Formats: sequence, C-alpha cells, structure tokens
Amino acid sequence: MASENLTASGYIKHHLQNLTFGQHPDGSWGIAHGADEAAAMGFWAIHLDTMLFSIGLGILFLWLFRMAAKKVSADTPSGLQNFVEMMVEFVDNSVKESFHGKSRVIAPLALTIFVWIFLMNLMDLIPVDFIPHLATLAGVPYFRIVPTTDINATLGMSLSVFALIIFYSVKIKGVGGFTKELTLQPFNTPIMIPFNFVLEMVGLLAKPVSLALRLFGNLYAGELIFILIAILPWFAQWALSVPWAIFHILVITLQAFIFMMLTIVYLSMAHEDH
Amino acid sequence: MNINLTLIGQAISFAIFVWFCMKFVWPPVIAALEERSKKIADGLEAANRASRDLELAQEQATKTLRESKEQAAEIIEQANKRANQIIDEAKEQALTDGQRLRDAAQAEIEQDAARAKEALRSQVSALALIGAEKILGASVDEKAHSEIVEQLAKEL
Repeated sequence: MASENLTASGYIKHHLQNLTFGQHPDGSWGIAHGADEAAAMGFWAIHLDTMLFSIGLGILFLWLFRMAAKKVSADTPSGLQNFVEMMVEFVDNSVKESFHGKSRVIAPLALTIFVWIFLMNLMDLIPVDFIPHLATLAGVPYFRIVPTTDINATLGMSLSVFALIIFYSVKIKGVGGFTKELTLQPFNTPIMIPFNFVLEMVGLLAKPVSLALRLFGNLYAGELIFILIAILPWFAQWALSVPWAIFHILVITLQAFIFMMLTIVYLSMAHEDH
Repeated sequence: MNINLTLIGQAISFAIFVWFCMKFVWPPVIAALEERSKKIADGLEAANRASRDLELAQEQATKTLRESKEQAAEIIEQANKRANQIIDEAKEQALTDGQRLRDAAQAEIEQDAARAKEALRSQVSALALIGAEKILGASVDEKAHSEIVEQLAKEL
C-alpha cells in the first residue's frame, strides 16, 4: 500500500486519481496533487498516465503487427505471423458478418479497436500496486495504468467512432438523406418532425455515450474491485483476487470485442438506407 | 473523473493508430491470407485434376493392355495358321515330288524293259534264222526271207 495513504478511503482515492498535468488556478503549471486540484484545472489539463500507457500500448500493438506484416508470406505461417493472422481473420470475419458495404477503413479500424482496447484492458490484470508504487518511489505521486478506466480514453475513442458515423451517414446518404433519416422516422408526417428529431437525436447520441460508458464502467468497476481486494490483509488477498482476475480475463476480452462489434454495427447502420 | 484534454489526445492517437493499421498492417496480412486461400484452392483443384488424370490413365492402360493382348492372340493365331499352311504345302510338295520321281522311275523301267524286249526279239530272230538255216540246210537268202523273219520276230 502506498505509504502516505494509510486509511482505506485515502488509499482508494489515491488509486483512482490520474496523474494530471495542467494549469493550477493560481496560474502556475504542474501536476495536480489530489482530486480537488485536478478538478480545478478544468478542461485544459491532460492525464499523463493515461496518455503514456494508451500510446505506449498502441505503439506496441502496431509494432508487433507491423513486424509480422512485413515478414508475412503465403507459405506456412509460424509464431507471430500465426497469431497476427488469427486476429486479422477473426476481425475480418466479424466485419464481413455484419458489415455489407465496401470500406477500406472499417476492418483496420475494428482491428485497432479490438487489439488496442484489449491491451489497455489487460493492464487491469497487473496487480494494482505494482506500477503505482514504483511510480511513487520514482517521485510520481499518482499513476493509473489502465487507460480504459479513464472516461477520457473511452470517450475519445467513442467520439472518434461517432465522427465516423456522421461522416459515413452524410457520405452515403447525403446531407438531405441523413436529415430525412433524422426527421421522418419513425412517423413519416411533417407534423411529427420535431418529435422524430428528438427521438432520433437521442438514439444517435446514445451510441457514443453508451460505447464509452460501457467500456469505462466495466473496467472502472473491475479496477475498483481489485483495489478493494488489495485493502484486505496480504495473506487473504489471493483468495479473492485470483478468481476475480480469472473472471476479468473474460471481461476484458468481451469488452474489447463488444466495443469492436458495436462500432462495426453502428458504421454498417450508417452505410444503410432505411 | 474530469473530462479534459486527454479526450482529444486519445482521439488523435486513436486516429493515427487506425491510419497506421489501415496503411501498413492490414493490407499485407489480408493479401497474404487471400493468397494462401487461393493457393489452397488451387492445390485442391490440382489434386482433383490429378486424380481424374490418374483414373483416365488407368483406364487407358487397361484398354491398351486389352488391345495388345488381343493383338498378340491374333498374331499367334495367324502364325499357327501360317505354320499349318507351310506344313500342308510342304506335304503336298513332297507328295508331288514323290509322285514325279516315281513316275520317272516307272518310265525308265518301262523303257529299259522295252529296250530289253527289243534286244531279245532281235536276238531271237537271229537265232531262229540260224536255226532255220540249219534245218533247211541251205542258205536262205537273207534278203529274201528277212521279211518273214521280221514277221516272226514280231510275233515272238
């Protein structure tokens, strides 16, 4: 347990605090110490730990896959190529099953989402104290290593997907078609246009929000339970943390898969005329 | 749980990752997968074709074998026929040859016999003449009686 937080609630709070860099209300720049200071920084602050780990894992993913892709051949595959091909084939099949349009973006997008989110979720399985404690020893007060437990990370991705939904809706159906879809459904009469619009708008906006909150909620809850388990006496922790970690392997894979599948489904909906 | 700049940072890095994946990871891997599946399909087709070819070749081989057997039988039959023919011919030849030889021998024998008869007859006539001369005690004009003697000799 981190040395300066001896109470349970302090320990939990400490673990749920991102390493935030931004401008303090008094005008100086620096790292926020505590949740209040971080909140005071407003929008123009950045979570260094989230950025570091998400970008690091993204680069790891691309480096690994790029290495395999460079050496890829149609002959008998081996080792890394096997794994990469398996992932690519899995994603490709998922895309082909639910997406019937033609797009060069959607399959690589799905692959990136799946592997990247999986890697970020995977950080949840590293014991909760290892890296934060090392960071504390190195003089960094806060460190959260699971980027997907930061709403900014999940919302950042889901908003990017949302932008793609809007982009493809407009590209395929045109501005007029997209507007029609928003205003003339489900009741195709001019009088109902406002009602339709509100209804469709809620449906549209619910997509990125639900995407982001689902992933964030699952991983946040998972992390919280790991933290709660870590409060137990050291000799009893394994009895709970091991089953939870094993169960969590399923959760992190499933959440990455769900994010990917929903992205494909949303984009495929954006490609289809009703 | 502050929403802050991290969100935009995440969106940017996400976009870059997707772009990189789309540009440098996805195409080579998917190309290799497609190529391999094509290779496998080609291989299966080649195997099918080969087995079909094999079947055809076996059929052909059986047919050729049967044909050559038939031909061989035919040749043997012909050879047998020819042999019989040769034997028959030889037999016939031998028969005719024998016949001819026998005929020739017969003719010679007959000739010899005739010649001997002739000689005997002339000798008998001479003897008869001598006998008659002796009996008559007079010389017989050979010229005048030769006709009679001749006739005698012929009757002998």
